[in-house]
Amino acid sequence: MDKQTKGVLFDPLFNNNPIALQVLGICSALAVTTKMETALVMSIGLTVVTAFSNLAISLIRNYIPNSIRIIVQLTVIASLVIVTDQILKAFVYEVSKQLSVFVGLIITNCIVMGRAEAYAMANKPGMSFLDGIGNGLGYSMVLMGIGFIRELFGSGKLFGVEIMTTTNDGGWYYTNGLMLMPPSAFFLIGIMIWVLRTAKPAQQEKE
Amino acid sequence: MARDSTGYTVGFAVAVCVICGIGVAGAAVALGPRQAENKVLDQQKQVLYVAGLLKPGQEVTADEVTALFEKNIRPEVIDLKTGNPAKGVEAKGFDQRRAQKDPATSTAAPDNAAKVFRLPNNALVYHVLKDGKTDTLIIPIEGYGLWSVLYGYMALDDDTTTVKGITFYAHAETPGLGGEVDNPKWKALWPGRKVYDDKGQPALSVIKGRAGDPKTDPYHVDGLSGATITSNGVTNLVKFWFGKDGYGPFLSNFRKSAGKG
Repeated sequence: MDKQTKGVLFDPLFNNNPIALQVLGICSALAVTTKMETALVMSIGLTVVTAFSNLAISLIRNYIPNSIRIIVQLTVIASLVIVTDQILKAFVYEVSKQLSVFVGLIITNCIVMGRAEAYAMANKPGMSFLDGIGNGLGYSMVLMGIGFIRELFGSGKLFGVEIMTTTNDGGWYYTNGLMLMPPSAFFLIGIMIWVLRTAKPAQQEKE
Repeated sequence: MARDSTGYTVGFAVAVCVICGIGVAGAAVALGPRQAENKVLDQQKQVLYVAGLLKPGQEVTADEVTALFEKNIRPEVIDLKTGNPAKGVEAKGFDQRRAQKDPATSTAAPDNAAKVFRLPNNALVYHVLKDGKTDTLIIPIEGYGLWSVLYGYMALDDDTTTVKGITFYAHAETPGLGGEVDNPKWKALWPGRKVYDDKGQPALSVIKGRAGDPKTDPYHVDGLSGATITSNGVTNLVKFWFGKDGYGPFLSNFRKSAGKG
């Protein structure tokens, strides 16, 4: 893999993370991270949709009239999301039931359109596809991290498997209800951005 | 034609719409039957769970579920108002939730605490058969919790008042708090409780704190800690669906015909 390809694929993990640095896709990061399982499916869904929407947009980038480019991107993204939702319903019904409305909300996830507009409109299809995967992975990493903390401390479980027996089930662990509420994800994401920017001062915004 | 001329723009927009439209419609049509199958299967599974014929977490194939369902369960469509069997409606393929939404097959519900807005004219009940006779009745229930409508089933003994089981298969309550309605430990508190008091009124409620043993304290169930509103929602929906606007008439008919009323 040459240097540029590597950069496109792995930069979004730490150096240019869509959530931590670009601050995109926060809303869904709050909504689906109470359980790791839903966070994982959402991550996969978003990665696939971003990759393919980047690919599709990049393929037609030289033909899209400038005046309607945003709505064209949105149409492509929306179609891909609906198809993804249909596939989930047909093949992993249980999971699609849990994700319910969130799959549809991938359409409104800023990462997908942000990457289409910022990268795919100006780059070749292959690279755009990788950029989609890279940003999907960056998003997934944050989601899984937040999901790990919230599920472990909020319900004493990981992927639905009991790690710490809760008082509800006659154990010792008294669950932290705040972890299951959206505000906790705000705190966690805030702390994460703080840590990341302290470790990599280049990411700090100038006063 | 230039890329920013009006003609090109309109033409491009139309082309994108047609292509995307074909893609979406194609996926919906191609996957439709599979999705419908999943939905039916899921419903059958839920009924089997609450009937105690399937254990949660048990690995079963689609064929086993269907076989178990057809062997043990007899679905029946009833007229909700009178409680009598509905004439000319096949139970197979009857979609209660769709019937409830369609103004042609439903009526506005009277004001109720469970926030059920529409009542279907016809509704489903499931008979769990044992030696050809109804051993357990399974009643669909639904009502509003804190964030969402809870959908579930309640299994009643053939005396129409002793609870045999309860399950909620769809809800969006807070995981860990209201979401504990699907915790097997909490659901295990239900069997043995009574829905109706001596006067035939629905009396079962979810209380704050701990309820006693089903034998000494049959009308109360432990509340879910940290989820008072969801707990109250469950109380409300039980009161509503077992009352006169819900399945009350059907259950009272059933009691009479079984000679236990």
